[in-house]
Amino acid sequence: MAGQSDSELSLFSAEELEFTAEDELVEIVPNLKMPPLNLISGDFGPFTPQIVTKVPLWLAVALKKRGKCSICPPQWMSLEKLTQVLEAERDSQEMSEQLPFHYVEISRLLFEHARDNIPDVYMVRSLIEDIRDVRFHKVETDLEAFSGRTIAVKIKNLSAMEVNIVRPFIGRALQAFYKHDSPELIPDPERVSDSRPQVVNNAPRRQLRR
Amino acid sequence: MASKSNTVEEEEEEELTLPTDEYEALISTTDVELLKRAWRNEKSAPEILRFESDLINRVTEQIQLMEETVEENSTDDADPLSLSLYQMDLDRTLFLLRSYLRVRIQKIEKYMFHIRKTEELWTRLSKEEKKFTRGKGYLLQFSVAPPKMCFQCKHKIMLVVVLSLFFLCCRCTDDLKKHVEENVLSRLPENYQSVLKQSVISEEDDMVPEPQLDTFVLCRSKEYLTGIQLEDGPVDDRSKLFEMEPGVLYFICYKSIKALVESGKIDLL
Repeated sequence: MAGQSDSELSLFSAEELEFTAEDELVEIVPNLKMPPLNLISGDFGPFTPQIVTKVPLWLAVALKKRGKCSICPPQWMSLEKLTQVLEAERDSQEMSEQLPFHYVEISRLLFEHARDNIPDVYMVRSLIEDIRDVRFHKVETDLEAFSGRTIAVKIKNLSAMEVNIVRPFIGRALQAFYKHDSPELIPDPERVSDSRPQVVNNAPRRQLRR
Repeated sequence: MASKSNTVEEEEEEELTLPTDEYEALISTTDVELLKRAWRNEKSAPEILRFESDLINRVTEQIQLMEETVEENSTDDADPLSLSLYQMDLDRTLFLLRSYLRVRIQKIEKYMFHIRKTEELWTRLSKEEKKFTRGKGYLLQFSVAPPKMCFQCKHKIMLVVVLSLFFLCCRCTDDLKKHVEENVLSRLPENYQSVLKQSVISEEDDMVPEPQLDTFVLCRSKEYLTGIQLEDGPVDDRSKLFEMEPGVLYFICYKSIKALVESGKIDLL
């Protein structure tokens, strides 16, 4: 069913999604002095105490773990904003576009490593969980609208994690529709008559190719 | 799509006003970002894509440089904190690179007979990958002069690639064919002895696994695309043209957007 993610079939593992999300930029307030870092993935810093700077999430978490900075939670992670988003999600069947593509992964990482930097952390956490549930319910009801005529499905504002979970199901469903629609499946009389009697087989020949 | 960070959105806007490909590539993103895109495309596409040789060369060089810097500084009394951050950055890039190469090796292993006989796919492979696919010759070359080869390519990644190729070598076309023929096929009735065909009456090579191009993939376009032909769709929809809005995700049959993925207009994810 759509709600279950099969590790074989979903292309990206949860870890790989988190890896991708770790490149999103966040603001930090360092409490140490350090020259700029010229990394392969870009130049960041310089780091000066009390001066806000933007770094990728993985760098922020690494510094935070060593107690060298505090992370400013992104704007969308505030109580007001999330309450607003939850209302919007409940009011409409459309997916709201107010949260970032990687909101699940980013919030998870911040809850794990920077709890003390998030105001009202318990409330924020339960709000995000509610939003996730509401959104996922909508995804599942949307899936019921599929039909055999579907050749392409447009998905608006689905987040990375949501997409990854429904991907195996949607992919295979669409492919099944597509296959049953295709003219190739209609048996070709020429091919059947072509099979010579020298082949000793009583059972019909199996197409092993697909 | 409202989800990306500001910088990426700004870059996308710039890309729209500058149509020339080279310029776009120059300003758009870092090599790591490009590698990540190549990795995602390769993971999502059912068939093997063109080997990004320039990009891989650049990334490999940067990794090498960074490894040297880290190594030099680790002996001095450099700041251990920034050193460990550099190391983390290095590890992340290495992970991407390895994962990219690994996905490709998996595809080659799966579809080697098909890739071997399809000119278009064969040209997409890198030099090393071609050797790998051919198999036998490479194995021989290795057994004759392995130490020399290894010392020459001091570089860690090259070593990883080369070694993984080495260990998997015996699986590749010539060797696999020989192995299957000697151990299984020669004992079967005469009509069923081909590696490629089910029996002598088969007109095509129907025992060769091929990538399924009618897989549905998830993709996103960078610009507004019109006139995408869904030629392989259901019969009465064939004439219909499909449009794609920038930044919106679509599930679509890989066949219909194959060319656009190859030209870099559409990203898979």
